[in-house]
Amino acid sequence: MHFEFQIEGGNFSKAGAASSQLKKILKQLNVDVRVIKRVVVALYEAEVNIVAHAWEGIIYIDIDTEKIEMKLVDKGPGIADIELAMQQGYSTASQEVREMGFGAGMGLPNIKNNSDLLKITSEVGTGTTVAMTVYLNS
Amino acid sequence: MPDQQLSETLVSYEHCTDSVIKQLTRESALNNKRMKLREVVELLNAKVVSGEDQLDAEIEFAFASDLMSDVLTLETDNLLLLTGLANLQTIRTAEMSDINKIIFVRRKKATDEMIKLAADNDMILIECDYSMFKTSGMLFGSGLKPVY
Repeated sequence: MHFEFQIEGGNFSKAGAASSQLKKILKQLNVDVRVIKRVVVALYEAEVNIVAHAWEGIIYIDIDTEKIEMKLVDKGPGIADIELAMQQGYSTASQEVREMGFGAGMGLPNIKNNSDLLKITSEVGTGTTVAMTVYLNS
Repeated sequence: MPDQQLSETLVSYEHCTDSVIKQLTRESALNNKRMKLREVVELLNAKVVSGEDQLDAEIEFAFASDLMSDVLTLETDNLLLLTGLANLQTIRTAEMSDINKIIFVRRKKATDEMIKLAADNDMILIECDYSMFKTSGMLFGSGLKPVY
């Protein structure tokens, strides 16, 4: 199964809409609730990251009998130092993002904790790609 | 030891164990305390703005935070969320975290958009005029447990 979602940078009223839709799909597919939670928490944090930092993005989701693969490709400022960005507490988020209850430097660590595989590639000035996999029997 | 003194000692010992047992029972009752949301609303003099049909639901654990990323790290089920953050992301975060009971503290109000999204997800939203500290203290004192 394949799904795609468009994400608008800066539009906080829609942030989470894609994760919400995926949650409904996974529920319909009778995926274990604990797996659903890991998937949607990771995806939601990554979705909020696009809204918070990038100009626009696309989420690609592929579901098969073993795993859920999520790839988020954004056009945006990119991440200069991915290792630093992965550190808990490090954040470049704006005041607006902090007012939304995020921007404490926990997003990427949360994503890492909730996914089985995580790969982040980024080019400064162009954009970032976050690829995450969650196994259904993890 | 004269008989009189012995019997007095035994009586006071009995009193002592009695009170210890009572105290332990009270503590264990307190430790196993669950609260109905109806009781929570009454205690906090609060107002339900969505999901009134869930007032008979029971809760055991509560967590207080304005930081949604912290909420997203929780693994506990059947959780009551106390927060001073009232915007759509609060509802979205709750949705992702399988939390469906939220109290907004510090006189924060849920917007129509939040109420609609909450209703779509079968959530109960409660507004409370007290500070986060006071609300947490009252609920903790009533026996609700912390997540950690």
